[in-house]
Amino acid sequence: MLKHTIRLMLIAALAFVLLGCDLMSSDDHEDEAHADVAALEDQLASKDAQIAQLQAQISAQPAATTSRLETVTARGRLVCASRTDVPGYGFLDASGRNIGFDIDLCRAVAAAIFGSGDALEVIPISAAERGPTIQSGDVDMLARTVTWTTTRDSQWGNYTVVTFYDGQGFMVRKDKNIDSALKLGGTSVCVTSGTTTELNLADFFRQNNLELEAVVFENTAAVVSAYEQGRCDAFTNDRSQLAALRSGLQNPDDHVVLPETISEEPLTTVVPHGDDQWLDLVKTVLYVLINAEAFGVTMANVDQMMSHENIQIRRMLGTEGEFGQSDLGLKKTFAVDVLKAVGNYGEIYERYLGTEGLGLPRGINELWTEGGLIYAPPLR
Amino acid sequence: MSDKGFPLRLSFGTIPLWRDVRVLRALTQLVSAVLVVGLVLFIVTQVVAAANERGFSLGFDFLREEAGFPIAESVIEYEESDTFLYALGVGILNTLKVAILGVILATILGTFLGICGVSTNWLVSRIAVVYVEIFRNVPLLVQLFFWYFGVFQLLPQVAESIRWPGPFILNNRGIYMVWGSPTDAFVPWLVAVLIAVAVAVVGAVVLSRVESRVGRSTYPLSVAVAIVVVIPALAWIFMPDSPLVRDAPELGRFNYEGGLRLTPEFASLLIGLVIYTAAFIAEIVRGGINSVRRGQTEASRALGLTALQTLRFVILPQALRVIIPPLISQYLNLTKNSSLAIAIGYPDLFSVGRIMVNQAGRAVPIFLLLMVSYLAMSLTYALIGNIYNRRVRFEER
Repeated sequence: MLKHTIRLMLIAALAFVLLGCDLMSSDDHEDEAHADVAALEDQLASKDAQIAQLQAQISAQPAATTSRLETVTARGRLVCASRTDVPGYGFLDASGRNIGFDIDLCRAVAAAIFGSGDALEVIPISAAERGPTIQSGDVDMLARTVTWTTTRDSQWGNYTVVTFYDGQGFMVRKDKNIDSALKLGGTSVCVTSGTTTELNLADFFRQNNLELEAVVFENTAAVVSAYEQGRCDAFTNDRSQLAALRSGLQNPDDHVVLPETISEEPLTTVVPHGDDQWLDLVKTVLYVLINAEAFGVTMANVDQMMSHENIQIRRMLGTEGEFGQSDLGLKKTFAVDVLKAVGNYGEIYERYLGTEGLGLPRGINELWTEGGLIYAPPLR
Repeated sequence: MSDKGFPLRLSFGTIPLWRDVRVLRALTQLVSAVLVVGLVLFIVTQVVAAANERGFSLGFDFLREEAGFPIAESVIEYEESDTFLYALGVGILNTLKVAILGVILATILGTFLGICGVSTNWLVSRIAVVYVEIFRNVPLLVQLFFWYFGVFQLLPQVAESIRWPGPFILNNRGIYMVWGSPTDAFVPWLVAVLIAVAVAVVGAVVLSRVESRVGRSTYPLSVAVAIVVVIPALAWIFMPDSPLVRDAPELGRFNYEGGLRLTPEFASLLIGLVIYTAAFIAEIVRGGINSVRRGQTEASRALGLTALQTLRFVILPQALRVIIPPLISQYLNLTKNSSLAIAIGYPDLFSVGRIMVNQAGRAVPIFLLLMVSYLAMSLTYALIGNIYNRRVRFEER
């Protein structure tokens, strides 16, 4: 069959060549044909020149012809990949709104660009989808409890600012009488797939020569359900998320988080590779949140603060000087919009993770001035 | 050459090229080939360009790096320090394990239900119809969730396990049963079993040849079964050590240990796939049997064949011709549907692949590998199925 097809194609090709030769060599049309060919060749030459010119133009510009900021502005909203399934970080409130710590980081960026935090589209994704989603560049920003690791930084996209310092822990039922993670040998442990948690879990058990049965689901809700039904003896995740998910269990008091922290998990937001201006923009917005807390500028007092005597505060709020807003393509007073939309870092923390939310103490996530690790470079 | 000067021959030569069917055919072939090749080239260059622009690698070198993630269950020994390639192999074997067992069980259950469906017993045939209609019309994913979250996870905790004689132990960590654990004598015994199987196959072939020559039954099947049973049994008795020792599950600190364990993930996936696919196979078998005309049955009964003989020698050989091709496609479906395992935590090829995409950060090469693996499995099925189909095909004499 194939042979037959190829033979037919060869015959066809041969027929065309012969036909072409035939026309060329026919005496009657020879001169006419020559004239035509000459004219066509001229046209071709001029088209070639045009193409070369266009190609030169194309190669002079880098591949990304429109910047991410232009794309976002033209679209009219920021597209952010996050989650809906963990209290505190990204969840649905009673009225079905998707809110949380991670969501507010996206809102802050949206407010910086559009003046309103509502110019935001949140796409909920699973842990395993985070890498491919940000690699593809389909979203402008990823804020979904992403741990900063060097491999991910080199492959996924550009990492911005650490907004939460976490560490991995284990939760078990109290009636299992386990008081240390080192006594987990031979247990089944529930874990979400595609996470650093999964890798740390394997490392920890291997390091300590403990036997492990990992029960892996892609969906966090499935992991929690399997743990709650007793399919697993232990459940591992970042400690803050353990606290968050424990609050959603039927009897939170039946469960206890073990004392060991087996890893460092600096959580951050990610932007796609390939646009430095966009990376700087997102970082600067996050720095504003942190600096605002240090200066005591809040959602409530931001208007009064615009004429504050402190020159640094006036500069941040755009009433004095400049700290790079115009180079980033942002309004001079964008910080005011950001703070009106979400408040400063401390306010976001308290709203979702602190006293008004999960009740996690600030701990190492205090400002550096209070002995914590949250620090931002100066705005100037 | 012989029809030189025949008028038609002359007029044929004057047909213009654009109306010559052969040229037009060749041309359409050429155009479609160019379009297909062009499209493929376009897609490949786009992917490569996008990859370069965003700086992610399309190479396969990462497969030799350490995987680092745990896999819950594995046919072969797996450690986190093994490579990504090895992890992918673990995934393939897990898929094959559930697919092969699933195909065997679904065929048995489906054939049984299909025969029930044509039964003259009203109750039996109604039960078969109800089964088929229920399981064929509920999406497989829903059924898998039902089995996993609705049945296996609701079994009692380890401490309150259900104990059945056997002993079978059921709890929400899985199904545990007594199993044989191999000793040093196992390999020689396995050799004896293989020899028995070989002898049985040769014997059955010879006997069935004799049968068709003599025209009297030589019981090839019964003889073969007897050989397969008797030789291993004798070997077992006369060997100095027993090749297998009893390995019963015992309650450990957290779980039962020892024996054969089916995890809830594996068991739900297997049961879900078997029950779902069996519904389709039942319909295929029923349709195949119904495709054999009533006259065939009546004629064979008139010739004095018993009901069983009629089924075996008259109906099934003809029905198989209708059954085999759609049956192969059901086997393919079962294998591909096993990728839904990701929803209930069974580490099959697709779910291991998804983890690798995230841990290695290389979506394009891994998805290519996944597609090639599934394609290879499907093509193997199709090949085996087609060979078998050729054997049972009706031969015109």
